[in-house]
Amino acid sequence: MSVEAASLRTVPTGRRQVKRGKRGRGASVALHVTLVLASLIAVFPVFWVLVTSFKPDARAVETTPKLFNESSLDNYTRVLSGEKGDFLAWFGNSVLIALLTTVIAVFLSATAGYAASRFRFPGKRSLMLSFLLVQMFPFAVLIVPLYNILLTLGLQGTSIGLVLVYCTTAVPFCTYMLKGYFDTIPADIDEAGRVDGLSPFGVFWRLVLPLARPGLAVTAFYAFLTAWGEVAFASAFLSAADESKTLAVGLQVFVQQNRTEWGHLAAASILVAIPAIAVFYLVQRFLVTGLSSGAVKG
Amino acid sequence: MRRFLDRHWYAYAMVLPVVVVIAVLVLYPLAQGVFFTFTNINEANIANPILDRPATYISVGLRNYLNVLSGDPSYGSFWSTLARTLIWTSACVLLHYGIGLGLAMLLNRPLRGRSAYRVLLILPWAVPAFISAFAWKYMFNAQYGIINQALRAVGLPDPVWLGQSDWALVAVIIVNVWLGVPFMMVSLLGGLQSIPGDLYEAAEVDGATPWQRFRHVTLPGLRAVSSTVVLLGIIWTFNMFAVIYLVAGQNPNTRILVTYAFERFFSGASRDYAVASTYGVLILSVLLVFASVYRRALRRQGEVW
Repeated sequence: MSVEAASLRTVPTGRRQVKRGKRGRGASVALHVTLVLASLIAVFPVFWVLVTSFKPDARAVETTPKLFNESSLDNYTRVLSGEKGDFLAWFGNSVLIALLTTVIAVFLSATAGYAASRFRFPGKRSLMLSFLLVQMFPFAVLIVPLYNILLTLGLQGTSIGLVLVYCTTAVPFCTYMLKGYFDTIPADIDEAGRVDGLSPFGVFWRLVLPLARPGLAVTAFYAFLTAWGEVAFASAFLSAADESKTLAVGLQVFVQQNRTEWGHLAAASILVAIPAIAVFYLVQRFLVTGLSSGAVKG
Repeated sequence: MRRFLDRHWYAYAMVLPVVVVIAVLVLYPLAQGVFFTFTNINEANIANPILDRPATYISVGLRNYLNVLSGDPSYGSFWSTLARTLIWTSACVLLHYGIGLGLAMLLNRPLRGRSAYRVLLILPWAVPAFISAFAWKYMFNAQYGIINQALRAVGLPDPVWLGQSDWALVAVIIVNVWLGVPFMMVSLLGGLQSIPGDLYEAAEVDGATPWQRFRHVTLPGLRAVSSTVVLLGIIWTFNMFAVIYLVAGQNPNTRILVTYAFERFFSGASRDYAVASTYGVLILSVLLVFASVYRRALRRQGEVW
């Protein structure tokens, strides 16, 4: 699993392509049509939820679709005022859990990734391999024992317990990603730092981490999303009390056995999606470089 | 020993936190989970510190495995569920990869509005999966869902997507493809950008057609990226629980190994932990076998991985 430093260098695609000859008008149109179509498919479900979120529940299930149908902000006010369950508490729990997971996962995977990238030490290969294996563990086999362990540690039903569980999912992948990213930072920088009298940790903390910001951003994005959208462990481990739920668990109150309150669900969904999309927007310009030179290079 | 520690102590210090967390929260639970598969543990006989009740489950030897592997419907029809899991996984990963590669190649050209397209196309990744699942469930509704309304409008048949038929499987595959393409696209785009442009120029000078350039420059250039993302994609899809569970619920037509384990874990008063764990161990074994075959195949092609 090695990455050559040269791979980070993004090839100036523009120049290369122009040299190969301009594409014809027809090809250009076809290219744009395809991309517009794909973008529409990518965006439409989100757009449709947004449209639905303004409709009353009864209007959301009519058989002729309309963009506006008695639309108002009622759903949002009702969701936020906690009429359907303590939305704000769920939101707070999710924010807390997601942020803690992000911070811990990024920190753990940065140190481990740096060690794996810079040092040769016995057991490094098996460590990286075991990270890959951890991805394969189905939660079905872990869920009962994990429950027991959290119970023993006194963390059952607490946010910290859930944060730790999410870290086990996020850290291995993040470590891969960051190891790949650190590989692209020339080791000369480390040596220069050592010559100037920094400790190994100083080099890591003061020189390498700041340079690895794109990789860290992508890692943070991944860890945040892992925690923000997880359903299975959250519904199994958090206590049934309404105020301790996360959003993913709480939102299921809108989906009853026979009837789903689509308008309210849509409004709540939009409120949940906003932070995730905000985080996404902040890191998206790093995504391609961060990811490509990271995990994915293997 | 001293020299050894002197040389490596900071490497180990940096790795230690991760190793501890993983060992406590993954390896130990795994060992315990494997142990549970040889017992009849369930909600009624597990130790319960709140009720101050000791564990009363007993060892049943290999009976769980025999029951599950017999393919008995009351134990989830293992073999047909496995077949469905394989269909689900291969359909999803093939479409993820194919569409992702296609879009990545389009985005790797110079064109106006490229970064806008990129943001829009990655959007499905940024939306939490359970939100997307609800959105698609709403759109797939047989009567008022927008998909069927559109199909009716152009005169096509409008199936009951999430009913008791294989349409439900098609529906969840569509949702999962929608969710998974952005990751593949971004990864492959990164891979494409790291292929040196000189190679394409050289190929062109030698008179290679676009197809030959794709076949002999692009694909080999993407080998390292592809082999990793495909393996990860297969593992993730094989264990994908949220999409199926939230879109289709407990529908036998969309049941894959993971969702059945979850049903077993959660459904009813009995909460059969033993069978759920047995399924977990079987899933893990299938993936392990697959990963080692995959790795060997890569190595035979000269990949050091």
